[in-house]
Amino acid sequence: MSASNDASSEEPTRRDFIHIMTVSAVGAGAVATVWPMVSQMNPDASVRALSTKEVDLSSVSVGQAIKVMWQGKPVFIRRRTPEEISDAEATAIAELKDTNARSGNVGAAAEATDAARVTDSLGVARPEWLILVGVCTHLGCIPLGTSAGENRGEYNGWFCPCHGSHYDVSGRIRKGPAPDNLPIPPFQFISDTVVKIG
Amino acid sequence: MSHQSTYNPGTGIEKWLDKRLPIIRLGHDSFIDFPTPKNLNYWWTFGGILTVCLVIQIITGVILAMHYTPHEDYAFASVEHIMRDVNYGWLMRYVHLNGAALFFFAVYLHMFRGIYYGSYKEPREVLWMLGVVIFILMMATAFMGYVLPWGQMSYWAATVITNLFSAIPWVGEPIKTLLIGGFSVDNPTLNRFFSLHYLLPFAIFGVVVLHVWALHVPGNNNPTGVEVKDVKKDTVPFHPYYTTKDGFAIVVFLTLFAAFVFFNPNGMGHPDNYIPANPLVTPPSIVPEWYFLPFYAILRAITFDVLFIPAKLGGVIAMFASILVLFLLPWLDTSKVRSMRYRPVARGWFFLFVIACIALGWLGGKPAEGAYVLAAQIATAYYFGYFLIIMPLLGVLEKPKPLPKSIAESVLKKDAPAAASAGDAQPVPAE
Amino acid sequence: MQIKKHLRSIVVIAALAVVPGAALAAGGKAEHPKHVHWHFAGPFGQFDKEAVQRGFQVYKTVCASCHGLELVSYRNLGQKGGPFHLDECPAGIPDTVDCSNPNDNPVVKAIAAEYQVEDGPDDSGDMFRRPALPSDRLPNPYPNEQIARLANNGALPPDLSLITKARHGGANYIYSLLVGYEDAPDTVNVAVGQYYNPYFPGDMAPNIKEEFLGEDGYPVEGVKVPLGGVLAMAPPLSDGMVDYEYDDVPETVDQYAKDVTEFLAWAAEPKMEARKALGVMSMAYLLILCGLIYWSYRAVWSDQKH
Repeated sequence: MSASNDASSEEPTRRDFIHIMTVSAVGAGAVATVWPMVSQMNPDASVRALSTKEVDLSSVSVGQAIKVMWQGKPVFIRRRTPEEISDAEATAIAELKDTNARSGNVGAAAEATDAARVTDSLGVARPEWLILVGVCTHLGCIPLGTSAGENRGEYNGWFCPCHGSHYDVSGRIRKGPAPDNLPIPPFQFISDTVVKIG
Repeated sequence: MSHQSTYNPGTGIEKWLDKRLPIIRLGHDSFIDFPTPKNLNYWWTFGGILTVCLVIQIITGVILAMHYTPHEDYAFASVEHIMRDVNYGWLMRYVHLNGAALFFFAVYLHMFRGIYYGSYKEPREVLWMLGVVIFILMMATAFMGYVLPWGQMSYWAATVITNLFSAIPWVGEPIKTLLIGGFSVDNPTLNRFFSLHYLLPFAIFGVVVLHVWALHVPGNNNPTGVEVKDVKKDTVPFHPYYTTKDGFAIVVFLTLFAAFVFFNPNGMGHPDNYIPANPLVTPPSIVPEWYFLPFYAILRAITFDVLFIPAKLGGVIAMFASILVLFLLPWLDTSKVRSMRYRPVARGWFFLFVIACIALGWLGGKPAEGAYVLAAQIATAYYFGYFLIIMPLLGVLEKPKPLPKSIAESVLKKDAPAAASAGDAQPVPAE
Repeated sequence: MQIKKHLRSIVVIAALAVVPGAALAAGGKAEHPKHVHWHFAGPFGQFDKEAVQRGFQVYKTVCASCHGLELVSYRNLGQKGGPFHLDECPAGIPDTVDCSNPNDNPVVKAIAAEYQVEDGPDDSGDMFRRPALPSDRLPNPYPNEQIARLANNGALPPDLSLITKARHGGANYIYSLLVGYEDAPDTVNVAVGQYYNPYFPGDMAPNIKEEFLGEDGYPVEGVKVPLGGVLAMAPPLSDGMVDYEYDDVPETVDQYAKDVTEFLAWAAEPKMEARKALGVMSMAYLLILCGLIYWSYRAVWSDQKH
């Protein structure tokens, strides 16, 4: 009697165990199947291949600026004159609207000194070259001032025509509605004339 | 639904919802507590397998559409972009490609099951006809999907199939021009095929809902063909009995599926479709995917004029007739007995029919010349003869074996040596 | 009784279907490709990276002058599973560079830089040529189909990106074609600029010399139509034409053909290794699940007679 009772009370637990195993295996499989379906939406290999860009700067003369496309955004590269560099370096942090360097190359907390703004991801500062993402931090317009003859604004840097933001020759916001300095992309010089952005 | 609802809303929220939208009740009564004959064999698992196939095709299809470009200059390259650059793109595409073929494999077995066990007979005629509608929609969807990679086979399949319509007298040419949107298959054709290929699966999904509804009114047929007499003795609730059984069959099917996708993904395809479409060069042999070959063989079997009907039109008529005849099946079969388990003569003719279908499939892949044509003609004649002559006559002439009184009786009798299953070629359920 | 009767008719129909097939099959048109045991064959097969590297060298030196590889970018050579993939940077490259990223792979960059690609237009509206980048695709040898045909006696050299998937026989066929050139039998004419190959799918019947044709236009008794066909590609490989940097690998036509086929098989299916790896895991999972769910199913049904 007692033996058969034991058997009948044990039986359901063993069965439950099978079902729990099966249901968990199905669940695990379902979760694993979802991964490729979500992952396929991430940038594909042909897009990722364009995530970095090497730019040859040998043809850019002093005082000139160029515009290159990087990850679908314009990047401004200005070869600054000695006067522009000393202007930028002389600006006191207190005068700035945004005191953050806005550069991943020097850390999130770095102050917006000109030296911080021209430092590449290897930690080397080349004051002659200013490289920044040319998208106004206000509402995403492209500021003027890169090509010769364009309005460079009151601080001799860039001027955004949409709502009148003025950036200085280090790309820092000085006047107008834009809240932040123009961001510095990750970049590094792989030779004296070739810079890799991204 | 034919049975009393057994749904008992437990929580307050369920009670609240049940008064407003009894969707949980519908699900419960259709897929949890639905009384299902207890003697269904593995051939009955293909309904569940096909649902899984449809869902897989729709999901992978939506994903592929995120990366595909329906333009004659970019379609081929965009498919290769999916194969090479998109994260897991190769997986999505190979699943979609092989999924289509296995979808047809499963649907053919599902249909043969229906014919063998008389599942189309009263009161399930509408169920069967909805199934034929799904089949036709599937064929249209698969054909248009095959065109999208814009390889050589895609292009020439589109050309050959749309040319079929030009065989129709008077209106044929204008209809063909309307279908392809040009004077030959071109970018407009590709664009509209893409649009329809995206649309039709959702239409299929809708008809599948009707198909399941039509199934749940009379309930499942079963291998004996005897209707349920006593719900308590003859049936078991769908869950957990058939959820586990269907689940097992689905996993076995997925294993076969995975073997193709991961280890022989192009095994069922044709190498020529990896050559970009070229309107100036026809491939040496144009063959459709294997699942269309029987119908292709019927199309090409009509090489002679019948009265005033030229051979080309005759072939087209025969091909469409071979599908449309399925709609009439419930009325062509005059037998009072559903399951061929009790119709030994009909069973022989049925297996001959299966062989004729397989032979047609094999012949469809061979060049249309010499003895192949003759063999295709014989098989085609048998295909139509089976439906139009053999089936109506058998019902009158054949003397079926005695039927069991009920499902429960047949189940209990199965172990007895006197059981009618000797020589019964139907697949023996594993249980 | 009934069953037996039907079986007989089944056999008759089956015989009807099969016999003509056997008869026709005897008239095949090209030699069956030789069977090579490839590294990448079978469910666990992987590409032999060194063979793919050598194959790329053969492609670059020999095939690339006529055949494009337009679906392949330089970066593909350095991606995971590609012939020049690096897990770690070679010495002398700064730590900040990730060489497993094909765009920063120094080998790939060097290969790309050997090529010039057209870019532009520049600020003055002109197209210009620049060294290729890893993100560029391999250039086509010809700017368009017409020039390609003009340069090749009217024939169009096919793009090779998918060639092992786009031909019956796959890799075996490509290999067989490359090593299979031979002198045409005396019974056939081969025009100038055409080359006979028994593995090439074609029809040699129109090439039979007139003296071997009977009055009915068919070859006379004892003259057989040779297998294969003629193609416009001259035998592309010859012993020693590509210098391998590995000393132990023979510089022979056979080795070149094997290597370049291995490379083309990779180019046609660069994700093959990922596919098989995921396949092994998926099959293992599904088989375990098969067992579990069958067990569950039996447990559920154990209280039912059915």
